[in-house]
Amino acid sequence: MNAIALGFDRARYETRVYFRQGDTILFTFLFPIIMLTIFSVAFSSAGNIGARPDGTGGVTPAAFYLPGMIAAGILLSGVQNLAVDIAVERGDGTLKRLAGTPLPVLSYFIGKLGQVFATSVLQVILLIVMAHFAFGVALPTRASAWLTFLWIYVFGMITSAVLGIALSRVPRSGKSATAVIIPIVLVLQFISGVYLQFSMLPVWLQNVASIFPLKWIAQGTRSVFLPSSFAVQEQGGDWNLGESRSSSASGSSSGWWPRS
Amino acid sequence: MTETEHVIVRDLRKTYGTFDAVAGVSFEIHRGETFALLGPNGAGKSTTIEILEGYRDRTSGSVSVLGTDPQTAGRDWRARLGMVLQSSGESGNVTVREQVAHFARIYPDPRDVDETIAAVGLSEKAGTRIKALSGGQRRRVDVALGVIGRPELLFLDEPTTGFDPEARREFWELIRSLKREGTTILLTTHYLDEAAQLSDRAGVIAGGRLIDIGRIDEIGGQEARTPVVRWRDSEGAHEERTAQPAALVARLYSTLGDSLDQLEVVRPSLEDIYLGLVAEFERRPAAEKELA
Repeated sequence: MNAIALGFDRARYETRVYFRQGDTILFTFLFPIIMLTIFSVAFSSAGNIGARPDGTGGVTPAAFYLPGMIAAGILLSGVQNLAVDIAVERGDGTLKRLAGTPLPVLSYFIGKLGQVFATSVLQVILLIVMAHFAFGVALPTRASAWLTFLWIYVFGMITSAVLGIALSRVPRSGKSATAVIIPIVLVLQFISGVYLQFSMLPVWLQNVASIFPLKWIAQGTRSVFLPSSFAVQEQGGDWNLGESRSSSASGSSSGWWPRS
Repeated sequence: MTETEHVIVRDLRKTYGTFDAVAGVSFEIHRGETFALLGPNGAGKSTTIEILEGYRDRTSGSVSVLGTDPQTAGRDWRARLGMVLQSSGESGNVTVREQVAHFARIYPDPRDVDETIAAVGLSEKAGTRIKALSGGQRRRVDVALGVIGRPELLFLDEPTTGFDPEARREFWELIRSLKREGTTILLTTHYLDEAAQLSDRAGVIAGGRLIDIGRIDEIGGQEARTPVVRWRDSEGAHEERTAQPAALVARLYSTLGDSLDQLEVVRPSLEDIYLGLVAEFERRPAAEKELA
């Protein structure tokens, strides 16, 4: 088998293993869906967010939180999933064993990215379907909005995956992987406008968040799913999609394969 | 390929700072032979093997494994090797068959998946997830993954740690069948009876140096193999080394008669010889160790 075909084989194998891990399903796959449900139910009596003084306009809490939860899902599927997964595989000897076989490094990467994309596409579809049918969130009808969403998604996913691979070198052992990675990812979600309305945060914190990709991914998904009247709440009073595109996490992944 | 020497190591050195983990080791492993590398923990065994496997770079010396330098070897070379590492990945959420079949697809000319599972005695567990297996059964999966690619050279790094005696015997049979197929095997183990059972030759490493190498029935030299006669009489316990134990026993019986008690004639096992070799090395003065 060539490296590409082996990579797809790895992707199938990895995706199968992913769905057999209860903790991964709960904390990575279902987490944004659970959070969306909690926010929607918790704030359901608070009325619409962004409503005019007379009570008209604005969006429901579910609609308001959907873009943030999609962004969180992209981050979790990429960063948290890959960083923990690879750190554990380095710790328990899986990487070393694979490095002793003729498996090309490229195939390993294709396998990981394939698993990340497969699980994350499913996650985003579940989120959107659930928001629409369970919480009555109106979805964009223009094709151009979905096209924007597509590139934000692909861009966000690649950035998250690269960041996840880079972060996988941070934990000192496989056992400490979740303890090291989850807090990083959680803090990012709080300062990037996923759980808290971004415009409420102090400017300096907004600037810190702008260094990381999640803020831009979340801003991008808000531009797709929220009415344009929400744009004024963004930094600079605009969706700034151009900047979303150019802000990218740079992570070196050299030296992670355990053979020289 | 038809190299007569599957492994050639010449004056291999690996230095970490000022510490010589491996300080000038030379040996070769012939095609089709089983070679045991013995030595205490921290003696340089694992470092040597990891250099042969291509996981570590050497400081100096030359190494050829299947005619190739592991430091620059690629995919084709790895396809001819099998490795059962000391510790291996968990991958507990796949079944035995899924795991073995997945690894089979990595190799160009793999063995049959079900036959390999049968060979390691896991046919009944083929559909079981690896995390539900016992430690010894997981180790058999490791062995299956090590041999699935039909290796010409197989590294077995402490393969039977955690096995019960019965499982160990069955494992030995598996290794013998691989040997019959012509597989060259490099074995490390702390069980000296295992090394004696399986290997043709052995090398003993201590302090980063090869302190002895030879056929299993010759290693340690003639002196170390001299039988020991032990007995008790009215004066207490006695022990005497002699090349003619029968003559000694006959003499003892003629002088002591029925007061001769708990008579034993013991041929030193590989373990006795190994412990003797290592103890002798430890007793050497530091300067002499440097020269060894």
